[in-house]
Amino acid sequence: MAAVKETVETVAALEKYEHGFTTDIEQEFAPKGLSEDIVRFISAKKDEPQWMLDWRLEAYRRWLELEEPTWAKVNFPKIDYQDSYYYAAPSTKEGPKSLDEVDPEILAVYAKLGIPLKEQEVLAGVEGAPRYAVDAVFDSVSVVTTFKKELAAVGVIFCSMSEAVREHPELVRQYLGSVVPTSDNYFACLNSAVFSDGSFVYIPPGVRCPMELSTYFRINAKDSGQFERTLIIADKGAYVSYLEGCTAPMRDENQLHAAVVELVLLDDAEIKYSTVQNWYPGDPETGKGGIYNFVTKRADCRGDRSKVSWTQVETGSAITWKYPSCVLRGEGSSGEFYSIAVTNGHQQADTGTKMIHLGANTRSRIVAKGISAGKSTSTYRGLVSAHPKAKGARNFTQCDSLLIGKDCAAHTVPYIEARNGQSVFEHEATTTRLSDDQLFYCQQRGLNQEEAVALLVNGFVKDVLQQLPMEFAVEAQKLVAISLEGSVG
Amino acid sequence: MLSIKNLHARVEDKPILKGVTLDVPAGEVHAIMGPNGAGKSTLSYVLTGRDGYEVTEGSATLNGEDVLSLEPNERAAKGLFLSFQYPLEIPGVPALTFIRTALNAQRRARGEDEIAAPAFLKLAKEKAAALKIDFEMLKRGLNVGFSGGEKKRMEIFQMSMLSPKFLILDETDSGLDIDALKIVSEGVNALRSPERGMLVITHYQRLLDHIKPDKVHVLAAGRIVASGGPELALQLEAEGYDRIVGAAA
Repeated sequence: MAAVKETVETVAALEKYEHGFTTDIEQEFAPKGLSEDIVRFISAKKDEPQWMLDWRLEAYRRWLELEEPTWAKVNFPKIDYQDSYYYAAPSTKEGPKSLDEVDPEILAVYAKLGIPLKEQEVLAGVEGAPRYAVDAVFDSVSVVTTFKKELAAVGVIFCSMSEAVREHPELVRQYLGSVVPTSDNYFACLNSAVFSDGSFVYIPPGVRCPMELSTYFRINAKDSGQFERTLIIADKGAYVSYLEGCTAPMRDENQLHAAVVELVLLDDAEIKYSTVQNWYPGDPETGKGGIYNFVTKRADCRGDRSKVSWTQVETGSAITWKYPSCVLRGEGSSGEFYSIAVTNGHQQADTGTKMIHLGANTRSRIVAKGISAGKSTSTYRGLVSAHPKAKGARNFTQCDSLLIGKDCAAHTVPYIEARNGQSVFEHEATTTRLSDDQLFYCQQRGLNQEEAVALLVNGFVKDVLQQLPMEFAVEAQKLVAISLEGSVG
Repeated sequence: MLSIKNLHARVEDKPILKGVTLDVPAGEVHAIMGPNGAGKSTLSYVLTGRDGYEVTEGSATLNGEDVLSLEPNERAAKGLFLSFQYPLEIPGVPALTFIRTALNAQRRARGEDEIAAPAFLKLAKEKAAALKIDFEMLKRGLNVGFSGGEKKRMEIFQMSMLSPKFLILDETDSGLDIDALKIVSEGVNALRSPERGMLVITHYQRLLDHIKPDKVHVLAAGRIVASGGPELALQLEAEGYDRIVGAAA
């Protein structure tokens, strides 16, 4: 298998965390700390209309009344919300209008990350290869969005959230906060007050988005938080496949990433949402630094027969705390959640999903694969619930945990609530240890230890990798192997 | 070919091999028989380099090259193959993928080019047919849900695909019915050649009816206590281990 060889070569060529470089770019910051003035500052920076500012301020006031939740199985020192920057942007006076106007340093960063930002490079790719439209978010702002014109030709809107607020206020006002209300939870509320940028997608009725859409998030500035907000609306009968990728430099301080993603699906709409998350996980030996990834992601299947699918590959972050959820409101709507969560070193992950069956004959499927190595902890936490009206609801859940080494832990916390007698929920769970027997078997056939681990782990996560768009599946496969480097022996 | 001299090995603090000396020249098939706990499987693990099996004395060479200092995968690349008594299941990794990954890893280690996909598939189809393995089965997770007999057949399939120089068969007959035993033995016999050596570890004489050994050795309490021709296996079958082991002690 060429991928394994490639993986090994990649591993050999890389530092422990490949994306751990920082970039010297002139940055513009808001003053440190959080207050109404900061919220006003961010809104003013973005030239926002009054309604947007009011929305933010309301969220901020609510946030002050909320308490940070403590129920997740993660440990971290108390966050000082006043000791962080809430706005950091590469300093350009005006937003770039085309690629030529983007700071070459930023483009260099994205090039280093292997992102096909330059359209000409994408176009110069292998014949027949799919093309991707990319929105690149650098700290607090979106720096460039590609393929806008081609997408506009079929009526697809793909732009930064700031631009959407200015250009498409009717859509933003109608849908923003309609899936994740401002006061939904502590971090979503914080995000609503200070969100800086993110991606906005609208697919008109009956349109199948002609290309994959993707957003790359990069935290670069020191002591800054990233609070992006993504809103995707698939109108009746629309389809879109969307991918987000995330990286951050190595820093000794913990950085907070509190994003909100809202998906809206009308009748017969379908959204495939994939995440490859590789935020800096902190020092593997000491656990110092790393990203706190506290994210709220939710899809609202409002329309009948609508279909949403979350696929996530989580290899980074010091702490991951997220539950991409599906509200299955429309009759016959369906939700899927495919997850690979890899933890190594001192990483902690508490992740899973919520499948909330409200409509009749709704279906959901959960396949969660957790891999723990080093001194890490991985928890699957999931809720499957059926409302009294959700007659004929069906769920299948499969949770598998793989342990590598002796100092890691895996937990499974499934919640199941069936409030009608006509729902069928199935739950399967396994926990296995990567066995010395299997490793030796592979080695006896000629694989070295790293190759053997990569092969066994790839086998373990195969069901989920298959859900990713092919190019990203290869990427994700490599990422998983790199994250587990040195976990055996 | 394979030359073992005064080999001592222990597992944790327990000495298991206490001075094994054995020569298997190229082209020959030697059988190792012996009662439970004699150290037969330990010998196969020590030769292939499994963790936890510590060599305390002695040597083992393949074509004059020391093997004991090599990593297990390096030994595999040198041509040492172990057919496991209990083959492992590798979920999510199709047999074909597994074998191709292994074959290419070995080829790289030997400085050879990787095998091209069409050539690999052609070879796999040919070898699978010879062992009466349904090709569709090779697309499923290796050994997952396979019967004992299917797993053993898969070991021989891997062996014929990897084309090793020296074969160690650890209790390959266990769990096989008569028909499967025949197919597996034919697969092994097809690999007999003047350049290749084999060590066949077994409890029972019946495997040796199908794979005819040039020599038979009896391993008991960590030592070779008797060696002879194929007739020794028949004698063991008739008289039991106690007598031979007792006579040697």
